[in-house]
Amino acid sequence: MRVAALVCVLLFGAFSIAGAGVRAPGVALDAVLAARPAPTLSAYRLFLDAGARVANAGVTPYALNTALYSDGALKIRHVYMPPGAQARHRDDGVFDFPVGTVLVKTFAFAADMRAPAQDVRYLETRLLIRHEDGWVARPYVWNAAQTEARYAPVSAPIPVDFIDAAGASAHLDWAVPNQNQCRGCHDRDDAIAPIGPSARNLNGDFAYRDVAENQLRRWTRLGLLDRAPEDAPRAPDAFDPATGSLAERARAYLDVNCAHCHNPQGPARTSGLDLRASNDAPARWGVRKRPVAAGRASAGLEFAIAPGAPDASILVHRMQSLDPGVMMPELGRQTRDAEGVALVRAWIARMDADGHVTEAAGE
Amino acid sequence: MNLMLSVLAAVALMTTAAEARTWRVRPGPDAQELLQGAFIQAEPGDTIRLTEGRYELWAGLSLDVDRVTLRGEGADRTILSFTGQRQGAEGILITSDDVTFRDFAVENAKGDAIKAQGCARITLRDLRVEWTGGPNPENGAYGLYPVNCTDVLIDGAVVRGASDAGIYVGQSRNIIVRNSLAEYNVAGIEIENSFNADVYRNVATRNTGGILVFDLPGLPQQGGHAIRLFENRIVQNDTPNFAPAGNIVAGVPTGTGVMVMANRDVHVFENEIGDNGTANVLIVAYRAQIDDPNYNPLPRDVTIRNNRFGRSGFAPAGDLASLAAAGVPLPDILWDGATNYVAAGTPRTEPVRIALIGNRKGERDLPTFLSLGVPVAGADLTEAAPDPTPPPAVAMPEPERVRLPQD
Repeated sequence: MRVAALVCVLLFGAFSIAGAGVRAPGVALDAVLAARPAPTLSAYRLFLDAGARVANAGVTPYALNTALYSDGALKIRHVYMPPGAQARHRDDGVFDFPVGTVLVKTFAFAADMRAPAQDVRYLETRLLIRHEDGWVARPYVWNAAQTEARYAPVSAPIPVDFIDAAGASAHLDWAVPNQNQCRGCHDRDDAIAPIGPSARNLNGDFAYRDVAENQLRRWTRLGLLDRAPEDAPRAPDAFDPATGSLAERARAYLDVNCAHCHNPQGPARTSGLDLRASNDAPARWGVRKRPVAAGRASAGLEFAIAPGAPDASILVHRMQSLDPGVMMPELGRQTRDAEGVALVRAWIARMDADGHVTEAAGE
Repeated sequence: MNLMLSVLAAVALMTTAAEARTWRVRPGPDAQELLQGAFIQAEPGDTIRLTEGRYELWAGLSLDVDRVTLRGEGADRTILSFTGQRQGAEGILITSDDVTFRDFAVENAKGDAIKAQGCARITLRDLRVEWTGGPNPENGAYGLYPVNCTDVLIDGAVVRGASDAGIYVGQSRNIIVRNSLAEYNVAGIEIENSFNADVYRNVATRNTGGILVFDLPGLPQQGGHAIRLFENRIVQNDTPNFAPAGNIVAGVPTGTGVMVMANRDVHVFENEIGDNGTANVLIVAYRAQIDDPNYNPLPRDVTIRNNRFGRSGFAPAGDLASLAAAGVPLPDILWDGATNYVAAGTPRTEPVRIALIGNRKGERDLPTFLSLGVPVAGADLTEAAPDPTPPPAVAMPEPERVRLPQD
């Protein structure tokens, strides 16, 4: 079970009385809609405090059932929509968000990731803003004092030291993606687009500061979403066996970690590999699929997925690699996702030649 | 610290016209941020000038602004070195339209050197791409790599050491590759799953295979066709295949001049093709199992005319070596002879036309020809029924000359 939701509870729960009685100015919609990025994050007034720990009114925290691996960073997510505007539900893919929507994602590390709510250092906050003519990406990098995040379309890496979840000391040169690299993942039909907030990925409970509630129901109740069908699709938590079968969880993992590029409209479309969870043709999600332009990244292996043989599968090889010319995803990680690799390995090990996995009794 | 301020301070801006600007970037410790900053802040119409020197880069660069020109002081004087690259799957990624790159070098990229994806009217001129340690399976796959592009111009390039193809144009339309030198790559120049390409006045030498025209199944764009290779020198391709196993080019026999696989309307004419130890021209079907019902693995409507052939067959490699060892003399022009194939379980057959017209070998001789007569695409060569009878010299219409709006 990942810790993001828990962190949100602790961070926001602590400020449950902040601002009571005093009416703070709302989110700065003019900054949100401006063609040019504001120089500092605070200009948007998404948060009440300089450190962006307390969300402003109308800014709602959320979490995803399965999230992209980002070197184990904590990710704190919020959504804002202008007053009266709402997103339209879609069964498949990201919701249709209204103009003025801001998706806010902060990447952070705790000094000791075994205690993820203490000594949390924010590294960067990325905004995805829906403008009239499409989405724009705006990265903001935090200062050491944690009092200001400045617009940084290009940024040098940020050195980070922390104790990782296994208790070992870890060092990273956190690479803030530049604007173009944002598009490396957030690209649909050659335009910037969000990846995470789909019905299947939001359909789960979130511990809000007042009550734990299903996110789709909450969004609908708050008017952020036009409707939420009772039978809305639900992605499993890739690492919680109670939420789905091995195959469902592995496919959910690949959907979130790979399908933003590996889909028929994405940057990796030319590879012919489509890793969306909704793709039900095994040859197209990798079973006995030969490499096209992988070069040395194929490591002499014949197939993206060799059923029953994780060590003979290019997909596993590239997930395990840290070589920039080999590793997948190409961006956004410098370390291996040990949990993710173990999940995908277990799935491929149990896969038959047609790509099916029979669950063991008791699973 | 806001790096943008330093970017603005360190990159000299010169206004040359009402809207178009020229950026000047110099080598130095901040080269990565300066260059990427210029790539992001450039406006359509701008030129980014790279002064002479060596730029040490630690991450891949990307350009997503239309109508930008990136220009160095020459392929031996302005060098973007990715020897210390720690991040990014290619040296430079281009995703915008009407971009021109010229007069610089890219060295030792960890993956592909320059990739252009989904671009219209891309021009790559007088560039050098090189892996400076020579042939090595650890080198990046492609040197110049336009994929999913329309109107591609590659002119005057020098590409060395790619572990797949030096110049690789994939899933694209309207392509010119000319006046370029490809050497010490696995494939010198490769046109794959592409429509309408003119490849001319290039030199492909010391590669494993000189110039390849391929089509592969299971991709968004397939059915490669209308390819003309002419006035090229495709000689002495003799570098032992160093592609990582599993890649399609790992199956290219060392010592191949031209290789045509699974395309139609391919015209190879007025080239000099010689000193290729396995075969000067290989015409073959795609050999692996095909799950895609719409894919045709056969090369068809291939014209080989008015070429000057030199030696070949003197050092056969790959599974053709065993054929040669079994006493089958390897010819200048080798066709696997397949006219049958199986796609998604369904057997199909198709007439295959291959025309050899007006070719010469040495002063007076005709180049030799052999069909292996395999019963079906992908069949083992032990099932070959070799036949040296040249196919009938039917005239097939030549694809129209490629014209590019930026040329």
